Amino acid sequence: MSWKLFNLLLEASLMTIFVSSVSILIGLFLAILLSAANLSGIRPLQWFAKFFISFFRGTPLLVQLLLLYNLLPVIGVQIPSLVTAIIGLSICTAAYQAENLRGGFEGVPTGLVESADMAGFTPVQTFFHIRVPIALRLTLPALINEAILILKASSLVSVVGLIELTRMAQNLVASTFMPLEIYASAGLIYLVINLVVATAGRQLERRLPGVGGK
Amino acid sequence: MSDNAISVQHLVKRFGETTVLDDISLEIPRGQVSCLIGPSGSGKSTLLRCMAFLEEATDGSIFIEGAPLGFVYDGAGKRQRQSATELRKVRSQIGMVFQQFNLWPHMTALGNVSAALRRVRKLSRAEAEEKAMVQLRKVGLENRAGHYPSQLSGGQQQRVAIARSLALEPKIMLFDEPTSALDPELTGEVLNVMRGLASEGMTMVVVTHEIGFAATVGNQISFLDQGKLLFTDAPSKVFAKPRHPRLEQFLDTYLDRGASTLV
Ligand SMILES: Nc1ncnc2c1ncn2[C@@H]1O[C@H](COP(=O)(O)OP(=O)(O)O)[C@@H](O)[C@H]1O
Ligand SMILES: [Mg+2]
Repeated sequence: MSWKLFNLLLEASLMTIFVSSVSILIGLFLAILLSAANLSGIRPLQWFAKFFISFFRGTPLLVQLLLLYNLLPVIGVQIPSLVTAIIGLSICTAAYQAENLRGGFEGVPTGLVESADMAGFTPVQTFFHIRVPIALRLTLPALINEAILILKASSLVSVVGLIELTRMAQNLVASTFMPLEIYASAGLIYLVINLVVATAGRQLERRLPGVGGK
Repeated sequence: MSDNAISVQHLVKRFGETTVLDDISLEIPRGQVSCLIGPSGSGKSTLLRCMAFLEEATDGSIFIEGAPLGFVYDGAGKRQRQSATELRKVRSQIGMVFQQFNLWPHMTALGNVSAALRRVRKLSRAEAEEKAMVQLRKVGLENRAGHYPSQLSGGQQQRVAIARSLALEPKIMLFDEPTSALDPELTGEVLNVMRGLASEGMTMVVVTHEIGFAATVGNQISFLDQGKLLFTDAPSKVFAKPRHPRLEQFLDTYLDRGASTLV
């Protein structure tokens, strides 16, 4: 397999990394909002969050993406496939991350919230300055795990017309008839990206104050 | 009522069927140190937590510097929850120091002490940190400002927690067994900080098993037993013989070694 082909795969992997990391971050933001809804004590918000989380965890990502892809034209929305892909992945990962965060929020010691109350923090301030940072630290391993799952699941976004690593590999196989070399290379690139993410995650866990480290 | 920092009137607290505080009335004079002692499970923490509205009383009322805490009575004499804003205002006069320190683990010592100055008092970061450093210096920890709680000893953490409360300039400081979670050799540094506060005239309510501290620093001592306030008196009276039989029994069981000479 030529360097030229491998370079094409590498370039496509940048799209994979971009779509995944943007989706993880948007998903994290949405997951925090879902957690806020859960903790708000406001019934309709809690119901919405519950429904959202169970719907997107209970249906396959592929189906969600196909649904989104076919729904948008019907409701008259025209957006680039990149945006469709990011919306689809973000919403899906938001549901999983919200579920992960739930354990983290439950793990925030009551005493830390009480000392925030005594310091005069409003519930919103306590949420963003105390609960969120601590819940994130408690669930960091799950977050890293989710990032890796999304990097792999991003191979599905080709169904909305985006050319990322897996789709590029398929295209190259169709024109070169070298499936073994090309798919093995694609797999290797996924593996390297995920090893980097896992290692960075462990470093972060070790260094973050108030988690395992100092 | 006007001379007292805290007035507790006919306070009742039940957890389900169990009555944990049974008709407690207690006046905490301004500028004095009031100690709460009693066997474990007698309701000391619950009473202290009621004074900060971290626990909602089932009945009765509490006044902080004359203002109702947590509940207000409407025209018809019906008890209602105070608004969150009103509660925060009354609470801003109270600092609370917990047995388990409850420092925020993701902030440095300086971060812990300056957080509320920035978020609640809306000071700039520089101003907040300057004020926070004054408090850290006061508890002897200015050289630990950049340390996270996990990098500090228990005694240092508790001193940071005290500094964090003091930074908000409360009129009253509540302490719930501030040295109980500490190794014996670390209790001294915390008690010294508290002695300093007392000598500056801070109004303090201290739940403690340190009978020596209660006897030497306390201006009044209240003895709780099974949810009842048996008596409140000056230390010289409380420890003078003959003592209340329940207190005698308590002292026999709980008196820390070495403190017996003090009483
Ligand atoms: N949240 C709670 N739910 C039920 N019972 C409680 C709760 N908190 C305290 N209690 C009970 O109230 C009693 C008094 O507790 P506490 O105030 O902590 O005593 P102390 O501080 O004197 O050791 C104990 O019997 C305890 O089990
Ligand atoms: Mg207690």
